[in-house]
Amino acid sequence: MSGEISRDEVAHVASLARLRLDDNELDTFTEQLCVVLETAANLNSLDLSDVPPMAQPYPLTNVMRPDVLVPSLDRDEVLAQAPDVEDSRFRVPPSLGEAP
Amino acid sequence: MSGAQELAASIRSGVQSAVAVADASFGAINERDDEIHAFLHLTKQRAQIQAQAVDDAVANGNDPGPLAGVPIAIKDNMCTRGEPTTCSSKILEGWRPPYDATVIGRLEAAGAVIVGKTNLDEFAMGSSTENSAFGPTRNPHDTTRVPGGSSGGSAAAVAADFVPLSLGSDTGGSIRQPAALCGVVGVKPTYGAVSRYGLIAFASSLDQIGPFAQNVTDAALCFDVISGHDPMDATSIPNPLTPTLPTVNDGVAGMRIGLVDELMGEGIDDDVIARTNQAAEALTAAGATVERVSIPATIYGLAAYYLIAPAEASSNLARFDGVRYGQRVEGQNVAAMNVATRSAGFGDEVKRRIMLGTYALSSGYYDAYYGKAQRVRTLIANEFATAYESFDLLLSPTSPSTAFEIGAKSDPMALYMCDVCTIPSNLAGHPAMSVPFGVGDDGLPVGVQILAPMLEEARMFKAAKALEDAAKGMS
Amino acid sequence: MSELPEQGQRVGTLETDNSKTVEGVLPEGWEMVIGLEVHVELATTTKLFCGCANNFGDEPNTNICPTCLGLPGSLPVPNKQAIEFAMTLGRALNCTVLPSIFARKNYFYPDMPKDFQTTQFEEPTNAEGFVQLPNGRSVGIERAHIEEDTGKSTHLGGGGRIHDATATLVDYNRAGVPLVEIVSHPVMHDAETARAYVAELRDILLATGVSDARMEEGSMRVDANVSVRPIGNDELRTRCEVKNINSLRSLGRAINYEARRHVDLWTNGEEPKQETRHWDEDGGRSTSGRSKEDADDYRYFACPDLPPLTPTAEDIAAIDAALPALPAARRSALAAAAGVEIADTTLTVERGLDMLVIGAIQAGADATVAMKHADQNLSDGQGQLTLESFAALVVMEVDGLLSSTQVKTVLGELVANGGAPGDIASSMGFEAMDTTELASLLDGIIATSPDEWARFLEGDRKVQGHFVGQIMKATQGKADGKVVNQLMTQRANQG
Ligand SMILES: [Zn+2]
Repeated sequence: MSGEISRDEVAHVASLARLRLDDNELDTFTEQLCVVLETAANLNSLDLSDVPPMAQPYPLTNVMRPDVLVPSLDRDEVLAQAPDVEDSRFRVPPSLGEAP
Repeated sequence: MSGAQELAASIRSGVQSAVAVADASFGAINERDDEIHAFLHLTKQRAQIQAQAVDDAVANGNDPGPLAGVPIAIKDNMCTRGEPTTCSSKILEGWRPPYDATVIGRLEAAGAVIVGKTNLDEFAMGSSTENSAFGPTRNPHDTTRVPGGSSGGSAAAVAADFVPLSLGSDTGGSIRQPAALCGVVGVKPTYGAVSRYGLIAFASSLDQIGPFAQNVTDAALCFDVISGHDPMDATSIPNPLTPTLPTVNDGVAGMRIGLVDELMGEGIDDDVIARTNQAAEALTAAGATVERVSIPATIYGLAAYYLIAPAEASSNLARFDGVRYGQRVEGQNVAAMNVATRSAGFGDEVKRRIMLGTYALSSGYYDAYYGKAQRVRTLIANEFATAYESFDLLLSPTSPSTAFEIGAKSDPMALYMCDVCTIPSNLAGHPAMSVPFGVGDDGLPVGVQILAPMLEEARMFKAAKALEDAAKGMS
Repeated sequence: MSELPEQGQRVGTLETDNSKTVEGVLPEGWEMVIGLEVHVELATTTKLFCGCANNFGDEPNTNICPTCLGLPGSLPVPNKQAIEFAMTLGRALNCTVLPSIFARKNYFYPDMPKDFQTTQFEEPTNAEGFVQLPNGRSVGIERAHIEEDTGKSTHLGGGGRIHDATATLVDYNRAGVPLVEIVSHPVMHDAETARAYVAELRDILLATGVSDARMEEGSMRVDANVSVRPIGNDELRTRCEVKNINSLRSLGRAINYEARRHVDLWTNGEEPKQETRHWDEDGGRSTSGRSKEDADDYRYFACPDLPPLTPTAEDIAAIDAALPALPAARRSALAAAAGVEIADTTLTVERGLDMLVIGAIQAGADATVAMKHADQNLSDGQGQLTLESFAALVVMEVDGLLSSTQVKTVLGELVANGGAPGDIASSMGFEAMDTTELASLLDGIIATSPDEWARFLEGDRKVQGHFVGQIMKATQGKADGKVVNQLMTQRANQG
């Protein structure tokens, strides 16, 4: 862990997260993220090879529900909240490519 | 306004009407919330209907429930059907969810009257309620100061006596820290004790909903109402929970309480340490044994938290893309629309954490950051478990300082340090709460934190009540 | 990861040698390497993580709730039936069922309501199995994991083509429908095997009831990973993932086209680009889709909203006990009972007629005749036809009590309405005609058709039809044509 993140990496991460940053924001964010990641670097001193990762604090397993129908939402109530609707569907600008 | 328990008792016995109590609450809000800005939105019509229903139940001889007619404020990251729910973000401005969070249903079934939605740091990311797209909330004890955060609006609403109860959410201290800074009681329950269904996720493995109250008994009453298994939340604990209210006055005689070394030193203000030591003495006087205990891994909590929480947030907040709800800024294609919407809709702190989390999860860095932080989590939980072999409860300060001036902490890292005492409980999933205990050198409230093992809320409330009683004796 | 549970004897054996070069598809010296990713929608009542209906073809956006619409604050809870179907499918594919976790695959796409897909990544529910094909070969399966489906996008303008669209409309009815993605190893080397593999998967899905497996409705979707290499070479070269394959026929065409394209590139000294390609059935070609070079970094991590699944040995034993007989085992059983090659049993097993045929054979029916009816006359299944009546009918046919035309008619009636073949035959007047009665009828016709009879005696066999036709007319079709022919020959010999 280097504790460092470059300006280019910040730009790449922003594009993965669908965020646009101008040059000033890129500079500021790079500096701030470096500080946080430097703090994270103090985890380096720990030997964690024998410690398992914890994804959830309370150890539940096999939580399931029965395959039983539950009423769906009212379509008009849902579509009324949408930014753009056509033909009872959510309308968005054209996609550039296919889903992976 | 009296406490929740007395209010409910007087409404159930017909001494006061729920409608009148709701009106009084709205009156108080109307009088002073321009100054405090605890609320983003008032749910007057919904409150009116609910209060009337409570009064009708009383008139018909039916039991309206343990929170009959008690006005309650809800942090604006919990869904309320048909009412605005914004997370203090421009991206959700105008959104009205088509459903209620589970806690909302439970509160209303118990007779509580929801009066409004409170301000928070955008998407609960912050420790001062300054990061709200709709302006900061001010501390009722000194309006030049922050109320803490992220549940600052809910803490301030109770501290300003607008309502006797409110709900917040706590991911790294977002209930306990503002409770301390506003001089009220704030509870972060065991992870899984209160349903998260309808709570807009920040970091799913850390988030818990909990109550703010003016006293420990009311907090216990509210906790008993909102907790319990919910089939809509797969992380909700299925075991029946022990009610906490019946034993809240049982005291601490014979309890072994550990004062956490690592949270009593560097970075914590002297006056806060002094009050915490006094709290330890008060507990001893009440019959408990208090000893120092070392939990070394807690010092890694902050670093682990600032990897795990942003990582989960980066995924949880992806859905705010301008397609289905909320604000949209148009673009030539769908990706450009996503980018424009998110860039305009999120504030800087949210963007910062989304980027940090995206980075921590990205290929090549996962093991070094997110993976490692999850192992630290295990380490902290293990050390807590060891401590709880020797102690029934742990004690520490809640916040390193009393309320600071609005605008005083502009550097993100300085704000992150506010959560150093509260984060370990979120990482371990354990319950913890803040109880007011005197004031600091500046005359502002100080809170002390009681930490308990998994599902031992009842034990935690007993100690909190003992501290509350001792604090009354001091003043 | 805990120790694998003991999961008992598997059906069949894993044959890894699938090498085969189909003449003429690729130039000499090249072979294709094919791996398939098959997405199967599970036949549950509700979606994977919410109680909305899992229905195809409903009005847009009518089966949606906070969870499958990804509304802020919503949470997923797994559907028990979906998990059980997935494990059943895993066992039917000879996989080991494992403790598993749900992960989030993070990428932005408007038909994905949360902008991440809940799927399984490092710890899938089913790992390492195989499918045995009718030709005796096997295809190894790497994994069969559970994930949620996306919504459906309709691209406006540009003739429905994504690149020229002016807008996209999204319907989330399909979002959150439970899928199992079955990932094969890259062990197939010709399109025919790939088709046989998919056909076999479909039969397994239908036999277990975990999916209706309709390629044309999209409840079974096949993506083909295709690469080529010189024969004798073990390397895996750059592959392309071909999507939008909507039928078995398309699958074969798409694979052959893509492999040929790769060989042409390599022999021209070029290299195929690793990418997703779109199969254009009308144009008979694949077109470039999203390049994998700029593939998203999916940032997989365990979904914090979903606890792990940890099936016990008892759970798996219960699933095994409930598994129906699977196509491979049924083909073997039928081949043994009917004394035919396994390859000749495929159709009968596919139609679900194997138990009928085996039962009829055991009840005394002739195996060849029973198999003939299963192949030729029962394409829509057995309907009301019972094993006993089928066996009795075959016996009557073999004994010559009914003509083959009559057998077909009776069989049709048995399929439609059931009953006993003897009763149906007599109610239709299909009792075998007395030959003396036929002989006198024939005499009468000879008397009225002297010219035709003279020609018949001269050896003109074409007029035979005249006499058969007249007798059929007189008997309203009850006569057996073969018997009439025999009578005519006898009469001619008598002079
Ligand atoms: Zn749904």
